[in-house]
Amino acid sequence: MFEQLSDRLTATFEKLQGRARVTDADLDEALRDVRVALLEADVNFKIVRQLVATVRERAIGEKVLESITGAQTVVKIVHDALVEMLGGEAVPLATADKPPLVIALVGLQGSGKTTTVAKLANVLRKQGHHPLLVAADVHRPAAVDQLQSLGKSLGVPVRTVSAERVADDVAAAIKGATAEGRDTVIVDTAGRLHVDAAMMQEVEAIIRSAAPQEVLLAVDAMTGQDAVEAASAFKARLPITGLVLTKVDSDARGGAALSIRAATGVPVKFLGTSERLDGLEVFHPDRLAARILGMGDILTLVERAQEHVDEKEAEAQARKLLEARFTFDDFYKQLQQVKKMGPIGDLLKMMPGMGGLAKQLPDPQQAERQMTTIEAIISSMTMQERRDPAILNGSRRKRIANGSGVTVSEVNALLKQFKEMQNLMKQFGAMAKRGKLPKLPGMPF
Amino acid sequence: MSIDAGLAKTRGSFLSRLFGRAADRPVTPEWLDALEETLLRSDISVSLVDSVMLQVRDVVADRKAETVPKVLAAVREALVAVLEPGERALIAGTGTPRVILVVGVNGSGKTTTAAKLAKRLRDAGETPLLAAADTFRAAAIEQLEIWAKRVEVPIVSGTPDGDPAAVVFDAVQAGIARGNTTVIADTAGRLHTKGHLMDELSKIVKVAGRARAGAPDEVLLVLDGTTGQNAIIQARQFTETAQVTGIVITKLDGTAKGGAVFAIADELKLPVKFLGVGEKAEDLVPMDPRAFVNALLPANG
Repeated sequence: MFEQLSDRLTATFEKLQGRARVTDADLDEALRDVRVALLEADVNFKIVRQLVATVRERAIGEKVLESITGAQTVVKIVHDALVEMLGGEAVPLATADKPPLVIALVGLQGSGKTTTVAKLANVLRKQGHHPLLVAADVHRPAAVDQLQSLGKSLGVPVRTVSAERVADDVAAAIKGATAEGRDTVIVDTAGRLHVDAAMMQEVEAIIRSAAPQEVLLAVDAMTGQDAVEAASAFKARLPITGLVLTKVDSDARGGAALSIRAATGVPVKFLGTSERLDGLEVFHPDRLAARILGMGDILTLVERAQEHVDEKEAEAQARKLLEARFTFDDFYKQLQQVKKMGPIGDLLKMMPGMGGLAKQLPDPQQAERQMTTIEAIISSMTMQERRDPAILNGSRRKRIANGSGVTVSEVNALLKQFKEMQNLMKQFGAMAKRGKLPKLPGMPF
Repeated sequence: MSIDAGLAKTRGSFLSRLFGRAADRPVTPEWLDALEETLLRSDISVSLVDSVMLQVRDVVADRKAETVPKVLAAVREALVAVLEPGERALIAGTGTPRVILVVGVNGSGKTTTAAKLAKRLRDAGETPLLAAADTFRAAAIEQLEIWAKRVEVPIVSGTPDGDPAAVVFDAVQAGIARGNTTVIADTAGRLHTKGHLMDELSKIVKVAGRARAGAPDEVLLVLDGTTGQNAIIQARQFTETAQVTGIVITKLDGTAKGGAVFAIADELKLPVKFLGVGEKAEDLVPMDPRAFVNALLPANG
């Protein structure tokens, strides 16, 4: 979502870096571009004004106009100011002195609270915790059904509350959690407008009686200038401890996150990155600043790989690849692993210097579709065929084409590509053995 | 957006000629800054705001307008002029039942809007039928079913994880059989960046046309009023996929102003048809460009 902001700033800085010396007019122009880029990214206008003023002040202080490295200095000043705005390090979830840990989700209607509750439960469950969900949204029709259905698919219990005694019932559910073997309680509350006095009182009462260690405000990444106003109003009434920025898989530029962090001091803790229940990431401010400036996000990529790729398997495959013993079966397994890591377009964007490539791909969806086709073709091969493609004669190829719903020429194309890859890897492997290449890391790609 | 044209419209205003002079504050640089802030704060795109401010500064410099009320009136007229064009009434449709698809990103308020629209039509003497075609989100069908009961409108529901296009098809067929005047189909929220979900939407549109030639008659894009500059991108994508015919802006009962819609009206020439201003069934009101602009740029600005 941040790539457009990143593109704009990159273009501005490239222009600037082309200059031998930065003139007064250059600085003005760059700052104008920075202002427009940030406003287009939905950064709050007050924050934009502050940021531009800070950068100008520092630029003059650092005497960039007289320096021959002025352009780089301006880039660094903007980078540092952005990182400051986002806050430095990732802020982890709170812990409870005595279990259960209580987390409550609050926010405007449609910001993604219920989905986030389920995703959070999924993260905690994977870490070995035993979450209990409390459906305290008694206002939106079928909100309770929604959470129950999500809880069911995760295998996590869900408690309901009565509309007349929401706060008391939430407290009771928390009280009973430990006895039921639950160490974490996540409370879903109704969406509400920050100007709705009655609804704000209701949520104050819930938070008072639940006494959560963590009160997370869900904020839609597509929110505009109103984000600061709404978040500040929630912060004024509730002990907000963190933000969850949702719908980050849109192409919104996410200025709301920068703004709220800067205006309220509340750190962003999680990003909602897909509709799937595993689409919740820990937020790393420093990494995000790098991503905005087009430096890639290799750390997130590595983490995703670690989570989804079996390391031993990957090493074995890398070895096979170099020794040209890599078969269609290995290829198939690899496709599965890459798929688990998320959409290809997203993965490319995270690689340093690859953001541009992601854009050059005519359509990442096209790549996804191609992957699905390749998977289908391999699925239609027998194990013997996968290990030894040489046996694939005309009739076998025809059977595979029929089985996978493609044409014979598509099967042929894949076989050809695979053979070329094997040859390439054979040469590569031989070179590596002679020590002409550094050792490949245990990554399958 | 043309401030000059806006100015021309206000020139003849009887009231401003009568009462104008006494309260006329001169335009100051501070006031111009405040005006710019108000416009930016409402999520009007920075390019439109910059264009307005440039023109306003010219107009002031050329002494065509030197007082706050005069400049303000000119800006308002220019903003209204962006929203005025296009038919804001629901399209009558080329057959019966009229088919309305409600589309948009997740959490924008589609289900609620579908229900409110059904109530509006029912109150106007129509016999609408709701179609719960959001088969993806957990309990979305139940949500619309509860609303249907509340607004006393019949409903055709899909099954969870079922084919949404089939639900729309069945609902239109049911509408034909039962003689409903309009079928309002609620679809799943989808981010405009998700190719496969947008493909699904174009299939729904296609299948609606198979159920009744010429359908859908109206494709309403529901935009969350708190959305910022992403709104124009959403509108572009949904228009490309589903031939959007009108916009509904929701959640305007908070502090958000929905100014992102100016860029949409300006670029895509899509009319804003309704505004969502509350959680009750009757809180869907027809768009009034003048009232909308006045809310965004109050008289004392």
